[in-house]
Amino acid sequence: MPEITKRNKALSVSPLKASQTIGAALAFLGFHRAIPMLHGAQGCTAFGKVFFVRHFREPIPLQTTAMDQIAAVMGSEDNVVEGLKAICSKNSPSLVGVPTTGLAETQGSDVSMAVGEFRKKYPEYSHIPVVPLSTPDFSGCLETGFAKAVEGVINVLVPDAASAGTKPGKRPRQLNVLVNSSLTPGDLEALKDIIELCGFRPLVIPDLSDSLDGHLPDEDFSPLTIGGTPVAEMATLGDSKATLVIGASLKAAADLLKERTGVPDYRFDHLMGLETNDAFIHTLHQLSGEPVPMKLQRQRAQLQDAMLDTHFMLGLSRFAIAADADLLNGFSHLLAENGAYTVAAVVPANAPAIKNIVTERVHIGDLEDLEKMAEANEAEVLICNSHGQETSLRLGIPLLRAGFPQYDLVGGYQRQWIGYAGTRQTLFDIANILLSLEKGEIHPYRSIYAQKRDDEVTHFGKVSPTRH
Amino acid sequence: MMKSKDIAELLNEPACAHNKKEKSGCARPKPGASAGGCAFDGAQIALLPIADVAHIVHGSIACAGSSWDNRGTRSSGPRLFKVGMTTDLTEQDVIMGRGEKRLFHSIKQAIDDYSPAAVFVYNTCIPALIGDDIEAICKSAEERWGTPVVPVDCAGFYGTKNLGNRIAGDAMVKHVCGTREPDPLPHGAQSGDFKVHDVNLVGEYNIAGEFWHVLPLLDHLGIRVLCTLSGDARYREVQTMHRAEVNMMVCSKAMLNVARKLEDSFGTPWFEGSFYGVEDTSKALRDFARLINDPHLTTRTEALITTEEARIHKALEPWRQRLKGKRVLLYTGGVKSWSIVSALQDLGMTVVATGTKKSTEEDKARIREIMGEDTKMIEDGSPRALLNVVRDYNVDILIAGGRNMYTALKARIPFLDINQEREFGYAGYEGMLELAKQLALTVESPIWQAVRKPAPWVASPAAMVQDLASTGTTQEAAHA
Repeated sequence: MPEITKRNKALSVSPLKASQTIGAALAFLGFHRAIPMLHGAQGCTAFGKVFFVRHFREPIPLQTTAMDQIAAVMGSEDNVVEGLKAICSKNSPSLVGVPTTGLAETQGSDVSMAVGEFRKKYPEYSHIPVVPLSTPDFSGCLETGFAKAVEGVINVLVPDAASAGTKPGKRPRQLNVLVNSSLTPGDLEALKDIIELCGFRPLVIPDLSDSLDGHLPDEDFSPLTIGGTPVAEMATLGDSKATLVIGASLKAAADLLKERTGVPDYRFDHLMGLETNDAFIHTLHQLSGEPVPMKLQRQRAQLQDAMLDTHFMLGLSRFAIAADADLLNGFSHLLAENGAYTVAAVVPANAPAIKNIVTERVHIGDLEDLEKMAEANEAEVLICNSHGQETSLRLGIPLLRAGFPQYDLVGGYQRQWIGYAGTRQTLFDIANILLSLEKGEIHPYRSIYAQKRDDEVTHFGKVSPTRH
Repeated sequence: MMKSKDIAELLNEPACAHNKKEKSGCARPKPGASAGGCAFDGAQIALLPIADVAHIVHGSIACAGSSWDNRGTRSSGPRLFKVGMTTDLTEQDVIMGRGEKRLFHSIKQAIDDYSPAAVFVYNTCIPALIGDDIEAICKSAEERWGTPVVPVDCAGFYGTKNLGNRIAGDAMVKHVCGTREPDPLPHGAQSGDFKVHDVNLVGEYNIAGEFWHVLPLLDHLGIRVLCTLSGDARYREVQTMHRAEVNMMVCSKAMLNVARKLEDSFGTPWFEGSFYGVEDTSKALRDFARLINDPHLTTRTEALITTEEARIHKALEPWRQRLKGKRVLLYTGGVKSWSIVSALQDLGMTVVATGTKKSTEEDKARIREIMGEDTKMIEDGSPRALLNVVRDYNVDILIAGGRNMYTALKARIPFLDINQEREFGYAGYEGMLELAKQLALTVESPIWQAVRKPAPWVASPAAMVQDLASTGTTQEAAHA
């Protein structure tokens, strides 16, 4: 277990953290015909919207309770009630998420009570589920907000097995799949393919690969999400054969789902690297009772071959990583499995996965902390979101973009990291980055006696001997 | 086309130890059972590192198209050698006999656009067969444009890569060496209290820049390298090779004819040596001093060796701890079969077997001396044979040329590339550190466990049935 050090300075410089409020909003965006309404001042939503628009390069449905000065002082429950009414009457969504911001929480706004009032006042919208959440940005981070939203949706939409009459395994081919915020739409697509190959119907919660995968829909505008987990399906989670949980951050959500439904679950901290994917496929294999599909066996063999080919570059190489805990944990295991070291690890907030990260020390902090750790520990490659660009320039080391946000990389939101195939491509990409470092490069040396006269003639492609 | 008499003469290299035996490194290739390059390959590889020369491959595209800019050799200056140039002969050129004309124009274009120090023209199979007279073309091009144009007649069908090396060396001795006198020593380079001696290195290719680990040592000793044939070389350096006091054949017999011919024509003594490993690097330095026979140089050489060895042994200590007792199978050609052995032993590793396919009797004697009488010597370098040795001798790492790399990896065996294509420099004292690091990197990698482990679902049928008992499925057992 790594040593964990906490934030020890007043000022956060080049922050790594994205708020838990927008993390929760992101999770809601993974449900079909849904819209999150952030309970707070307008700016919280506007910034969140820009954050995701730039990352996904998609329109993002996001609303706000638009707290103003009066609401901030006199109470903001009315804003929630009227906000819900406006959204429900105008767009008739299948799900509204109401995550709170720091402002609402500090004021002491009771969003659950406000939703209750909304129900009383506007019974005509009783069929539209609303998920209130306490997600102030002064605690947690994007990952924790995301996980809280998953838990919140389960809490509202998944009925108790006894009262609803659901029974684990009643739908023998259906698997619940709880996924954490680090899985990209590309990851989720791959995950669904793998599970379908094994003969199951995956019910991914939340399914960003269906809503924010960047597809061009027929309709020109939608105020709601254009895809995602069908809200109606949530009632059937109790009939599934099993639940697969990807990410330590989803512990509370998984516990709740299990408690409600009695469906057995299988938990994986991440799906990066050979070992964890072996365990994952093995679980599917045991659940299905079918042979492991040849395609997956081939992908496994391909990954092993890639490990051989890339270990020359990855071996003894040194990485600095800043990311939310589940993602950082996955990377650290992948690197360790391939002989590389995580020499600087910074997470934005405390999380269950931190203690599993393969490194000597995990610091809860910002990108300035990362920069210092990376420099002190002689990191060779940086893994971070797009904000790491400046850090990488200052450190003079290359950057591999991962996590949120990725605003200067087209398609970053769609990249696949997980599974045998995703791991393989990740290894290739990392190895290529390491190759570009020209490690072991020997400094050109010019003899003091040399007869070379490169300076006197204009030969093509002449380089000064001191260039490297 | 080269006359068969000339080819036979090149094959008969009196200075080569292989020459005495029936089994020659330069024997004819065997159809259906040959690996390795042709004469063109060998010639191009030998000369391409000359950095300020325009290297024109006269032929159809396959020769240059699949071989240009694929070497790990490094230049401290011009990068012209990285520019691929070929006449790229077309069907019409061949039918209509326009190859010569195209070559003539190609030479002009190269001179006009790149102002090279010289142009080398490599002949290949098709023009050799259709009878292009490249020697005449080169001669008239040189007269016409005033830039040296050197024909290297090395059509692939003349023979093996090894022959190609000799053709290349021969072309240098015949057309380039001796066409210019060495420069006077640069101002300030001669510090006055000792004499600077001139030497050549033949067969040193500056792979990954590794010679730059060695060159500072020579500078320190007051040894001027007139030319390395051909790593980081310039045309004007090759021109002065005839004036060296000593030639060193580095790690290879490939261009032995160069050393021999320079000895025949100019009386230059030569020795074979290597810069791989602490011991061999010191030995090479001592050999220079011995042949130059300047007592002052000898004293300074011994002093340098003492300091350098002490320094490097200290730096290697932590790596020795990590590599100690690891078992190595070394499969590489000729001189390296023993020169690397001492380097590995120096790191505390055990060399359990070494390849001797290309080694001479002297090489083998040396191996026995270093490794003991009952050393396993491997003549059969086929992948299967190597893998058998790996298994039988409990080998931790295979060290061989790049083409064996994927054989080793597919068999899930740690591997280190020791030949031309590698990306790391291992020469000199400093190179030993890199070698140690690369060895540790692969041997200690956790991936070996991971890739050897069977998938969990094929592990144990019994466990699987038990796992599934609760699900009530029985198809599993059948699958397992």
